[in-house]
This record gives sequence, structure tokens and C-alpha cells, in this order.
Amino acid sequence: MSLMKRMSLIFRAKADKALDRAEDPRETLDYSYKRQLELLAKVRKGVAEVATSRKRVELQINQLESQAQKLTDQAQKALGMGREDLAREALTRKSGLQGQISDLQAQHAQLQGEEEKLTLASQRLQAKVEAFRTRKETVKATYTAAEAQTRINEAFSGISEEMGDVGMAIQRAEDKTQQMQARAGAIDELIASGALDDASSLGQGDDIARELESMSSQSDVEAELQALKAASGGQAIESGQSTHQLEAGQPEGEEQR
Amino acid sequence: MIVRIMGEGQLEVPDAALEELNALDAAVEQAVETGDEAAFATALEQLLAGVRKAGSPVPEDFLHDSDLILPPGDATIDEVRAMLADDGLVPG
Repeated sequence: MSLMKRMSLIFRAKADKALDRAEDPRETLDYSYKRQLELLAKVRKGVAEVATSRKRVELQINQLESQAQKLTDQAQKALGMGREDLAREALTRKSGLQGQISDLQAQHAQLQGEEEKLTLASQRLQAKVEAFRTRKETVKATYTAAEAQTRINEAFSGISEEMGDVGMAIQRAEDKTQQMQARAGAIDELIASGALDDASSLGQGDDIARELESMSSQSDVEAELQALKAASGGQAIESGQSTHQLEAGQPEGEEQR
Repeated sequence: MIVRIMGEGQLEVPDAALEELNALDAAVEQAVETGDEAAFATALEQLLAGVRKAGSPVPEDFLHDSDLILPPGDATIDEVRAMLADDGLVPG
């Protein structure tokens, strides 16, 4: 049997199992409607949670980007003062940050996708719940308990499938959000620790600095260092002259990731 | 017939399109059997694209279950296997 067919049979079986048959089938309608409203509230809460996570990631990206810019400026200053070692360390740290920024940008795109999906799911469910409510009132007003059973089954199978689908969408969004929350927490810690503050704290050997350094790409660091040197007009760093002023501007050879 | 793409909603698909969709469905199933994640992603994307192309969305207040149900576009093989299991992912 085809995959498509098997999936629909599974949904149907679950719907049937979930149909908690009351003595009077019309009570089943009311109970089901109550559950639908609960799910609708849950999906709206889910949308809000994903949006909160997305905003948090946005904030972190901004913080890390401004930090990366600051480190570039520090590296330029360090070179200007003939301190290639310090410039290299600042760029090493920046390279670590760039990796984090790329990760966060990917997470941001993923969260945005989940948010859109859940928003649409919420709208679809809302329309179906509304249709169910209308149907429910008609059934209750028009049919005897015995006649109502067939009508209830019809309405219930449609809404139940939608509820199963939306329920799974929420579950998947929650899983993804939770994974990201944990990573976002680690970044918050990094920011709060002050480890990213400036290059003057480099080389103090704290765990976070070591972690950042291990994440950095040596080739990126060297390439950017050479670019900064070139931008400084080939000033001989070794001369020990510290009077040369670097021109601000984006150095060539900015890492391409 | 009514086809649901999970996470996207229901579509009315003409029976005439079914033969072609069944072939695509078989490719997805085959990839699930063999556990080939890359082949699965490609086959699923083709199947969903086929359904979207052949189908038209049902009215929002349509209250009926689907004849066929498809996993969401970003599903993994493990997720599909779990959906197909008796105590699978599908909320009861």
C-alpha cells in the first residue's frame, strides 16, 4: 500500500480512537469543540514562543556583529602601533565570532520559517473550528441523538485530522525552538561574561576565550591580517614605528563563508 | 480526491493526476525502505511539487478527512517512519 494511503489510514484510526463517545453524541460535539479551542490557544502560544526566540537570536546577531566590528578596529589600531601579535589575537577572536554569527543567521532563518508555518496553521485551524461550531449547532438543533451520530462522525473526522496535523506542527516547532534556546543560552553567557568586550582581555586564558580561539579559522585570520597590513600601505610593522594611522574601511580579504 | 500535505493543508487533486503521483509516491517509499536520506528528500520534494501543481486548495471551512496524507516537505526518514508506526508521531 502506498505511503500516502498508509498515512491517511493512521490519521483516521487515531481520529476514531480520539472520538470519546458520550452517551448522548451531542455531548461529544461539545467536548470536541472544547479540545479544538484548547489546541487553537496552544498553537497561538506556539507562534508567540517562536517569535520570542527569533527576536532573541536577532538581538544576539546584532551584538556579535558590533563586537566583530570592534575587534576589526582594534586589530587595525594594534597594527598601527606595531603590535602584530595583538592584531592577530583580535582577528582570531573575530574569526570565532564570525562562525557564531553564521550559525545564528541560519537559526534565524529556520525560526522565521517555523513562525510562518505555525501562523498559517493557526489560521487554517481557526477556520475549521469555526465551521465545526456551526455544524455542531445545526446537528444539536436538528437531529435526535440517534441521527446525530453519523453527522458527528463526518464533522469529527475532518477536524480531527486538522488537529493532528497542527499538533504535529507545534511539536516540531517546539523541538526546534528548544534546541536553539540551549545554543542561544550559551551565546548569552558568552556575551554576559564580558569575554567579547575587547582585545585587551585577550590571552587571559579564560575558558570562553580558549573556546573562541579554537573555533577561529587560522587561514581567515592570516588573510585578514595581510589585508590589514596592505591597507596600512605596507608599513613595516617590524620598524617599531607607532605613528602610522590606519585608514578606516573594510579590508579586502574579509572572510567569505 | 483530497490530499493533505502536512503543515500546508488540503488540496483537491483530480483523479487523472493520480497515476503520476503514485509513481512519485513509490520513489519516496523506496527511499524510506532503504534509508537513503538524500534520495528521500529529492523524491518527497518532487511528490509534493506534483501534488501542489495538480491540486487546488480546498475552501477554508471544508470539514472532511483526506484520502491521502503526505509528510511535510522538511520531514526526515526517521520522522516518516515514526508517523507510520502504531504509536507514531501523529497526535491522537
